Amino acid sequence: MAIGWYLVVSALIFCVGAAGVLLRRNPLVILLCLELMLNAGNLALIAFARMSGTGDGQIFAIIVMVVAACEVTIGLGIIVAMFRRRLPIDVDELRELQG
Amino acid sequence: MSATTAAWIALAAPLVGLLVISLGWRVWSGRAAGVIGTLAIAVSFAAAILGIADLQSLGEDERQLTSTAWDYANTVGVDASVTLLVDPLALFMTLVISGVSTLIHLYATGYMASDRGYVRFFAYLNFFVFSMLLLVLAGNFLMLIVGWAFVGAASYLLISFWYRRETATGAGIKAFVINVIGDVGLVLGTYFIVFDGGTGSLDLLTTFGEVGRTFAENEGSLVAGCILLLVGAFAKSAQVPFHTWLADAMEGPTPVSALIHAATMVTAGVYLIGRMWPLFEQAPAAADVGAVVGCATLLIAASIALTQTDLKRVIAYSTMSQIGYMIMAVSAGAYVGGFFHFMTHAFFKALLFMAAGSVIAAMANVQNLDRMGGFRKAMPFTFGCFVVGGLALSAIPPFSGYFSKDEILLLIGEQGGWYWVLYVLGYLGALVTAIYTFRMIFRTFLGDPVPEARELEEGHLHHAEPSNPADGTVEDTDVGFPGPEHHIAERTPSMKVAMAVLAVLATIGGVVQIPDVTHVLDSFLEPTFAGSAKFDQPTDTTLLVFGLVLSAVLGLTGIAIAYLIWVRRPGTAARLRERLAPVYELSFHKWYFDELFDLVFVRPSAAIGRWASSTFERVVVDGVFVGGTTSLVRVGSAAVRAAQSGFLRVYAALLLLGLTGVALWLLLEST
Repeated sequence: MAIGWYLVVSALIFCVGAAGVLLRRNPLVILLCLELMLNAGNLALIAFARMSGTGDGQIFAIIVMVVAACEVTIGLGIIVAMFRRRLPIDVDELRELQG
Repeated sequence: MSATTAAWIALAAPLVGLLVISLGWRVWSGRAAGVIGTLAIAVSFAAAILGIADLQSLGEDERQLTSTAWDYANTVGVDASVTLLVDPLALFMTLVISGVSTLIHLYATGYMASDRGYVRFFAYLNFFVFSMLLLVLAGNFLMLIVGWAFVGAASYLLISFWYRRETATGAGIKAFVINVIGDVGLVLGTYFIVFDGGTGSLDLLTTFGEVGRTFAENEGSLVAGCILLLVGAFAKSAQVPFHTWLADAMEGPTPVSALIHAATMVTAGVYLIGRMWPLFEQAPAAADVGAVVGCATLLIAASIALTQTDLKRVIAYSTMSQIGYMIMAVSAGAYVGGFFHFMTHAFFKALLFMAAGSVIAAMANVQNLDRMGGFRKAMPFTFGCFVVGGLALSAIPPFSGYFSKDEILLLIGEQGGWYWVLYVLGYLGALVTAIYTFRMIFRTFLGDPVPEARELEEGHLHHAEPSNPADGTVEDTDVGFPGPEHHIAERTPSMKVAMAVLAVLATIGGVVQIPDVTHVLDSFLEPTFAGSAKFDQPTDTTLLVFGLVLSAVLGLTGIAIAYLIWVRRPGTAARLRERLAPVYELSFHKWYFDELFDLVFVRPSAAIGRWASSTFERVVVDGVFVGGTTSLVRVGSAAVRAAQSGFLRVYAALLLLGLTGVALWLLLEST
């Protein structure tokens, strides 16, 4: 099967994730969409690795997963903290950090 | 001891004295600092004598020695080294300076005894003598400039010695500013002479030796350089129009007035012109400027001295007048006459200041002639010294000033041409000198004794809290003010010894150079002036005899006039003042020089300063420079801040847009 299909799927997933990040206001959903984007990238990397026949892309994918895990840990921690302080779960409301 | 070694010792001794006194200021109690200071200068004096003895043992052509301690900066185009020039003129100056300074230090050990700043005073005095010797022994322009600036600094320190007296600090600043104008003149003059068409060597002897080859007579840059040197000389020697600082410098303690503002520092200009004689002979135009200004100063200062009421200021104006004679002499080529007068003037003017200090002490710091009178019986010794000094100043035979002043005028007369004008004006000045000198003496010592004099006759020194002679405010006696007690020569042995020695010197100092009889100075100084076209013995015997007689007659006439006006018919002065009111006002207000400078320099500068602080500062500096920069930053940061909206999704969108843009660009580029 041509590599193009894999990339198309990857691009679709990436676009879904990006749209989610841009359109949704719930930070939990934004995190999920970020995961979608990262994994779309992973898919592309794996496809390229398969195509070139080396393991380099797979190493990249594993590192991306590690980073994604770290990011989710921190992101969920922040969301829990927001919940405990009874802050609104809405990124448009949380805009005190501005110039 | 070789002459150069002696010169180094003479220079080093005051420096050692300065260091010992100032570093040990906590240790020296009583009069120890004064004794150390005096001894240091006495060592200089002894070294100068030894140096002269050695120099005289050399052949006449070999009496210009140089000694280099080390190269200070010897690079492309500059040959600055620490070099002394030891020749008859330098050693003669060293001898007179260190000799008179020793006596004045001795005087000051008594006069300043109760001052809280005693140790500081002697440290400053030693610093001054060091600077002055550096000036006269300098072997290149660089050392000369350093010494020149140092004596200005020493003068500033000593004028404002009583630094809590505002008039004194003001006078110190005035003196320093005018001296710095002179320093600038000297530095620029050096530039013109050495680097602008000159040899490029800072060494004095090289410059002198090559001047005939490097410059044509009256060549522009040489005349400019010489006139700038004259500016330096005029500022240091208080010549018109740079003279206004000297009268104010009388705010310093009296020994300072005697040492710096009469005997030594103010004659630095005379030394400079005399030392630079090869340049001035190659630039006669500049030399003529010096002669005319000297002549003008001697008349202007003498006319001012006629009406001043401050005892020390009268003597200060007489100093300016006498230095006018010296400047005129050395500019017109009467070198030996000028330096002879420098020597006798150092003796009698220091003596006059010391005697004046004694009188001022007896008056408890009052310097106003109007309040003095009748001190003759109360202070016989001071009176005697004052009269000796006065007779020498008025050029009465056989006192020293008679021969020196006469030699100057004789040599000027012999030049002929328009120098006759200077000759006549010089004798006119001599007449006025005798009048104002004896006006001062008669008003101080003759007449009815004032209460202070009566008190002293009864054996008790008048005591009053020190007050400012300028405005009469009473001062406390803490550091920075005059000490609580007053010391007069009659009761203080050190003052008495110093004055007695100077009185003897002022009387007999003229014997070294009696016309047609002795030529000690002539033959001693000749090696320095070897090759000079103007250095010759006076030949006109008729003119000589005429001058000697005229000088004596004028001096005695002046004394007689003063006697008539101030003793015989006491009301005459007031009548003259009324009849000649405009002339009197002109003289009393010092020819309005201070007012003129105030109008021309001080007020415009102050107005510019005010405008700068109110308008320029507010509009240009605050408005454009400071305000412009801040508003630029403010506008820029506001634009950047606007992007920081706080909307997370906007950031994400911008990020995506940017990334997409970059990716697209890369794709387009790669095809």
